Amino acid sequence: MKRIVIREEYCMGCRLCEIHCLVQHSKSKEIVKAYKGEFPKALPRVLVEEQGYLSFALQCRHCEDAPCLEACMTGSLHRDAETGAVICDENKCVGCWMCIMVCPLGVIARNTEGKKAASKCDLCAGEKMPVCVQNCPNEAITFEER
Amino acid sequence: MTKTKYLIIGNSTAAVNAVEAIREKDRLGSLCLVSDEPCHTYSRPLISYYLGNKVEEEQLFYRPSSFYYLNKVQAFLGDKVVSLDCANKQVVLDDRTGIQYEKLLLATGGAPFVPEMPGQNLSGVFTFTTLDDAQQVKKFIASHQVKKAVVVGGGLIGLKVTEALLALDIQVTIVELADRILSATFDRTASRIIERALKGIGCACLTNSTVKEIREGEPGRVGSVVLKDGTQVDCQLVIVAIGVRPRVDLAREAGISVNRGILVDEHLKTSVDDIYAAGDAVEAYDLIAQAARPIAILPTAARQGKIAGYNMAGAPKAYEGGIPMNSVELAGVPTISVGLTDPSTLADGERRNGMEVIQDYREKDSVYKKIVLEDNRIVGIILVNKIDRAGIYTGLIKDKIDIASFREYLLKDDFGLLSLPREYRKHMVTGQGIEI
Ligand SMILES: Cc1cc2nc3c(=O)[nH]c(=O)nc-3n(C[C@H](O)[C@H](O)[C@H](O)COP(=O)(O)OP(=O)(O)OC[C@H]3O[C@@H](n4cnc5c(N)ncnc54)[C@H](O)[C@@H]3O)c2cc1C
Ligand code: SF4
Ligand code: SF4
Repeated sequence: MKRIVIREEYCMGCRLCEIHCLVQHSKSKEIVKAYKGEFPKALPRVLVEEQGYLSFALQCRHCEDAPCLEACMTGSLHRDAETGAVICDENKCVGCWMCIMVCPLGVIARNTEGKKAASKCDLCAGEKMPVCVQNCPNEAITFEER
Repeated sequence: MTKTKYLIIGNSTAAVNAVEAIREKDRLGSLCLVSDEPCHTYSRPLISYYLGNKVEEEQLFYRPSSFYYLNKVQAFLGDKVVSLDCANKQVVLDDRTGIQYEKLLLATGGAPFVPEMPGQNLSGVFTFTTLDDAQQVKKFIASHQVKKAVVVGGGLIGLKVTEALLALDIQVTIVELADRILSATFDRTASRIIERALKGIGCACLTNSTVKEIREGEPGRVGSVVLKDGTQVDCQLVIVAIGVRPRVDLAREAGISVNRGILVDEHLKTSVDDIYAAGDAVEAYDLIAQAARPIAILPTAARQGKIAGYNMAGAPKAYEGGIPMNSVELAGVPTISVGLTDPSTLADGERRNGMEVIQDYREKDSVYKKIVLEDNRIVGIILVNKIDRAGIYTGLIKDKIDIASFREYLLKDDFGLLSLPREYRKHMVTGQGIEI
């Protein structure tokens, strides 16, 4: 499947990926509304970790043997048959955080503003390329067949 | 007599994951599934959400309604398996239908344990493990104007029912035998935080206590319970949630080796060839206890179901062992506990050298993080109120990573992959086919 490849040595810690991800997963897909006018506010599904000079952008790896799929008690987490991506059906999700307990990369966020729901990378279903990759100015994340 | 290549007894987590694993390896082999519950596969942990009106009945299903059809499963729902004949490889259902199998999976789960108590047969006394239980309780509450309830057992299921009842404006008293609630998975500090939060929303927790007798109120119905110290607590509803035990009768009567749960080898095969077992019914390897133990949680049932399914379909795979863990939000407080959370409760023979605890308790904010170490490897955690990225610890437990080089970061709120050694970080992310 096509996966996001992380190249930590190119990451500048600008966090543009987080902004594009949040906007992409908002209802309006407009930056001002996405940040200021929507309830519940979308969360970025990519996380930039930073410590001193070191930084990198991390999102779900869509693991082949994914522990989150086994831990999900409602069946909201499932693998998309076409893309192979691990997707959360947020309507079905009840926010029990079993998935957060087992994801070894810590890339599932809790959205608690409205109805509780797990928030995670869906590889921007419908887009040719995830928006974080499209908008990274330094190619610190790329989208490749692996 | 029906003949099938694969037969699965059970229709819950372990069974469903076994079906998916078998179908990954074998699209065509005939597959039958039998369950004494009449409904489509549902998420058992959701029944308390259903009782508390947090999810609708249609949202309870663990897989879409097309599940059996798409996976070519012949499902016998509402049929109980009454006997198993290992020598002739066949089972008999309660309507006397026989099914002959080549490979069998026992995914029979657990059954609630109810101690002998006078009055336990009064109307208004329930256990709480199936959808049917939840529907019965719901009906009873609606038709009897329940104002007060007693929940016997302050473990996970008892507390989940409590939450649901509180959401229905019912006053709840929890009666717990131990000196604190959640004593099996939490330590004293974490139990105290949750007890305080429950009291804050109007729930009474009576610890060091037990129900001696259930007394009649209106004819045939519950009116109160009497505790061991003689106190009487008025109530119209009693939920007994003391614990769940592996459902092993079928296996035992068939001559399969059983201890507390059904015994299995590393391929989840029982003592009889071609018969596998998975989920709450079994006693499989526990990575933390380093011995076979029943671990009655959903992720373990899913994992074991999947591994058993692969092995049944002729794709050998070993079970790595499980870790007890749970994530629950009670009274608005999210908590996660994984592995060994309180070494002080271990019996002398079980305590191992090199165990130590590091923790951060911010009492004012009810934030608690505790990490149990053994020879510089994490063997357990408790997180209260700050649970984000908890799975990183779980991963470190599973992979038995030496934390000496990043120990000082473990309890920090921004603890993340960047705190881990570069090589391990690389391995974590490349392990899934990705360079970092
Ligand atoms: C209220 C509640 C809340 C829970 N919350 C959590 C939670 O938050 N997190 C967590 O990890 N776990 C939780 N659990 C535990 C979790 O539900 C179980 O670990 C999981 O369901 C085990 O799955 P299983 O497939 O092994 O067995 P079960 O779910 O017990 O299913 C057993 C199946 O076998 C069938 N069966 C048994 N014997 C026969 C027979 N002789 N003939 C025909 N059919 C038979 C039954 O009908 C059933 O379909 C909770 C459980 C309950 C009851
Ligand atoms: S959420 Fe975590 S465990 Fe699940 S597929 Fe993504 S990286 Fe893997
Ligand atoms: S939080 Fe949602 S996605 Fe995660 S395990 Fe619970 S129900 Fe599944």
